Amino acid sequence: MSKSSDIQNTNDAISAKAKNAKTGKAAKSKANGSKADTNTLLFNGADWDFDTLKTTYDAIEDIALNELKLDVYPNQIEVITSEQMLDAYSSIGMPLMYHHWSFGKRFVRDDVMYRKGYQGLAYEIVINSNPCISYVMEENTIVMQALVMAHAAFGHNHFFKNNYLFKQWTDADGILDYLQFAKRYIAKCEDRFGFDAVERVLDAAHALMDQGVNRYSHPEKPNLAAELERERERAKYEDETYNDLWRTLPNADPDDQDMDEIQRRLRIEERRAQFGLPEENLLYFLEKNAPALQAWEREILRIVRNIGQYFYPQKQTKVMNEGCACYVHYAIMNSLYDKGLVSEGAMMEFIDSHARVVFQPEFDDQRYSGFNPYALGFAMMQDIHRMCIDPTDEDRKWFPDIAGNNEPVETLKDAWANYRDESFILQYLSPKVMRDMRMFMIDDQISSPHLNVAAIHDDNGYRRVRRSLARMHDISVREPDMQIVDVDLRGNRQLYVQHTQHDGITLEKSDAEMTLGYIGQLWGYGVTMQAVDYDSGEILHEMHFAPEDMSQS
Amino acid sequence: MFYIVDRRKNPTGKSLGNRQRFMRRAKAQIKKAVEDSIKTRGITDISKGDQVIIPGKTLKEPGFHHNRRGGNRDYVLPGNKKFVQGDRIARPNEDGGGSGGSKASPDGNGEDEFQFTLTRDEFLDIFFEDLELPDLLKKSLKQTTAFRSARAGYSVQGSPANLSLVRTMRNSLARRIGLRRPKTAEIRELEDQITALQAKAEKRPSGKLTKPDEETLHRLLADLENAKSRMKSIPFIDPIDTRYNQFQQIPDPNTQAVMFCLMDVSGSMSEQMKELGKRFFMLLHLFLHRRYEHVDVVFIRHTSRAAEVDEETFFYSRETGGTIVSTALEEMKKVLKDRYPTDQWNIYAAQASDGDNYSNDGAKCTALLAEDLLPKCQYYAYIEITDEREAEIFAAAEGETALWKSYAPLAAVNPQFSLKRVTKAADIFPVFRELFAKNRAEAKT
Repeated sequence: MSKSSDIQNTNDAISAKAKNAKTGKAAKSKANGSKADTNTLLFNGADWDFDTLKTTYDAIEDIALNELKLDVYPNQIEVITSEQMLDAYSSIGMPLMYHHWSFGKRFVRDDVMYRKGYQGLAYEIVINSNPCISYVMEENTIVMQALVMAHAAFGHNHFFKNNYLFKQWTDADGILDYLQFAKRYIAKCEDRFGFDAVERVLDAAHALMDQGVNRYSHPEKPNLAAELERERERAKYEDETYNDLWRTLPNADPDDQDMDEIQRRLRIEERRAQFGLPEENLLYFLEKNAPALQAWEREILRIVRNIGQYFYPQKQTKVMNEGCACYVHYAIMNSLYDKGLVSEGAMMEFIDSHARVVFQPEFDDQRYSGFNPYALGFAMMQDIHRMCIDPTDEDRKWFPDIAGNNEPVETLKDAWANYRDESFILQYLSPKVMRDMRMFMIDDQISSPHLNVAAIHDDNGYRRVRRSLARMHDISVREPDMQIVDVDLRGNRQLYVQHTQHDGITLEKSDAEMTLGYIGQLWGYGVTMQAVDYDSGEILHEMHFAPEDMSQS
Repeated sequence: MFYIVDRRKNPTGKSLGNRQRFMRRAKAQIKKAVEDSIKTRGITDISKGDQVIIPGKTLKEPGFHHNRRGGNRDYVLPGNKKFVQGDRIARPNEDGGGSGGSKASPDGNGEDEFQFTLTRDEFLDIFFEDLELPDLLKKSLKQTTAFRSARAGYSVQGSPANLSLVRTMRNSLARRIGLRRPKTAEIRELEDQITALQAKAEKRPSGKLTKPDEETLHRLLADLENAKSRMKSIPFIDPIDTRYNQFQQIPDPNTQAVMFCLMDVSGSMSEQMKELGKRFFMLLHLFLHRRYEHVDVVFIRHTSRAAEVDEETFFYSRETGGTIVSTALEEMKKVLKDRYPTDQWNIYAAQASDGDNYSNDGAKCTALLAEDLLPKCQYYAYIEITDEREAEIFAAAEGETALWKSYAPLAAVNPQFSLKRVTKAADIFPVFRELFAKNRAEAKT
């Protein structure tokens, strides 16, 4: 599941040591007072084998499909070792990935962290593919395996299959084939053109990965392989025919100065139309229009772009995705317990793990590093469940549509299908959750020497807090607004990139300079970046990249 | 429909390719880190992997990101305890950033430094990078090792050409004896007896045998029948008897080297100087070991006499006496002649001394080296270990030791002969590199 790979940060992950200690505790409590009939239990103790795994899976599946009525892709559970888990980590969680040094960097870092005990490993990784592949670690106890299967193989799986973003933007059937293709293609390029050449292109493409997605336009064809073939043919055709950038004959038009304003504007508009500008997908623009790129370089840009696009929904649904998975595993594990299929000891272990996962440190806690998507998602979904079944007056006032409808799972399924983090919070964050998590909103104005507490969890503040929290989860607010706005065809082929600056929030400068250099490297000519204020439209500052810079570096 | 797949047996190390690419990327930084650590660490751990810390700058993966500070923004935090609307809070410290609490990262410096562990091979590769022994091509030194077949016992399968007759027949014989297979001679004897009896019958007028003979004939016939069927059912050679000679490809060290360590152990060499010499020898040995399948080391120490000794004695036992370098060279010449023919061995020599020599000995040394040793050696390195204080004096006064004086002219005409001065531990590695630098010709100019 890559960037949203489960339980990936230090707070959530539980080291193997802690886990062992826990198992011991759980075993003891079971010995003391287990009421459950041992004959009906799915498993006993901490160890597991493939038969237990299978019967446990069957029991979970029964609850997931018949009680919760989830709609999932077929599952494939793969048991891996911790070493393989480290491998999977480094290649952004995908089972197949092309080689790049940045994955190696991640690997050596995780390796050191893991070996030194700073960081535990995730219990599982799940991949949005059909069949849905979940990796589980061999050293998990059987309770953990049950938790993980409920969480990934049903929770995430249902979300992947039903959420509109995933439906629109990703292709679960084709992703593994496409990654296979990408891996082979890049390996072939390395053979033919050398490591360095390929690395240069990949470095540049990775830097622009976040700007390599289509945000608003219609989704691409779902079948990536076929699409790819089509695009290649088209690119070939375009290559063979005509590219205005290569016009070498002097233009008969008079100089710009002689033209009147209207005519000049018309020319600009014409040019922008010709290149489809402004273009928010920087990688797409470069792939199609950069004059100096080789065909294989364009193909690599395309690969990175497609992978970026594949992960784009995951970035926007962390809270929902994890919330959904946590809600599902919580419901399933409790149902297993109610049926007498798991012992109290196992339940203790489960609750302990669960509590760690959905733990939200407070803002003044050392461990605080933003909202924990597991905690927020789980809290909101449990709250929706509560409102459906046992609403208060407040709930009826705030959520007249769902309060007391007695269909918690259906209500949630509707939310899982039709929202992303931002809209989900805006729609469903209830006053109770805000109170429980004691949320407050800070207004941070550059002109003020203080931070201002703009709203808290009270009647005056609920709506403002909610709006602000939703904005924090809005990817279009979180990520800078970058667009390619113009190309100078008549002069030095300068490319113009625009950063639309909202609320005076600037770009991180050294990073932006390096990234601009990468754009220049792909474009092959000079690049200018302008920061434009959103409100006033005035140009705040410019940043230049000249092709000469490239030869020096 | 669902599957559980056991992937645990799948090959690990899927990230190896990524790791190698990462190493390539960070090569310059890693190399520097390795060189720094070599200067300080003990010689005995040199071949272990090492923890390396490199600056994170070259490993940066940039992108367009918002600045975490500045601008007008609002955000929500959990865990309100005492704030009400309209409260003012002092801005947190610089590193607090917009997100509230400071992001604690376990490796301390976060993006600034990058720490990881090199494997032994990676470490040594970097250590030896762009070092090369001179004249490596001599005597078929290649990276690929030659293989030769060596007998490796017997196996129950193989090609017919490798059938081991002796073994097979031995097994066959044992089996035949064990199963009591009748011998051909026994059958023939039975047949002879039967023929004899039948002939006897024909001779008699009745045409019949006497009663006892009749019985014998019947018994013989039955025996014959029995023996023949036994013979048929127990084959002479059964597939289970067959044994084949088995051969194994074992690497043939066609690349072998001998390294001579010569050291002056007279009183003028202090422990510290010997330690320096040791470091140099160890490095050379490590390097040769990497290059050659098989490396012999010969330790020759000398005062006014020279002797071949073991390593322990070489480095640690004390000896008193004068200094006559030529004795060591004589000894080396003798060992060379006795044990290391030049057509089979690559010969390297390293000599460490403080430069003292008996005054009349210089000419003899020069002659020995020039005529007997240098032509046979791939490489001959002389390092002169001087006291730090003395080094300054030498540098100032252009003073040269006796040995240096007699060796210096040789270096001019023999490219495989080098001399260097060393004063402290940190000097060893640079000197070593210089001695074995890829382009010695360039280095010299």
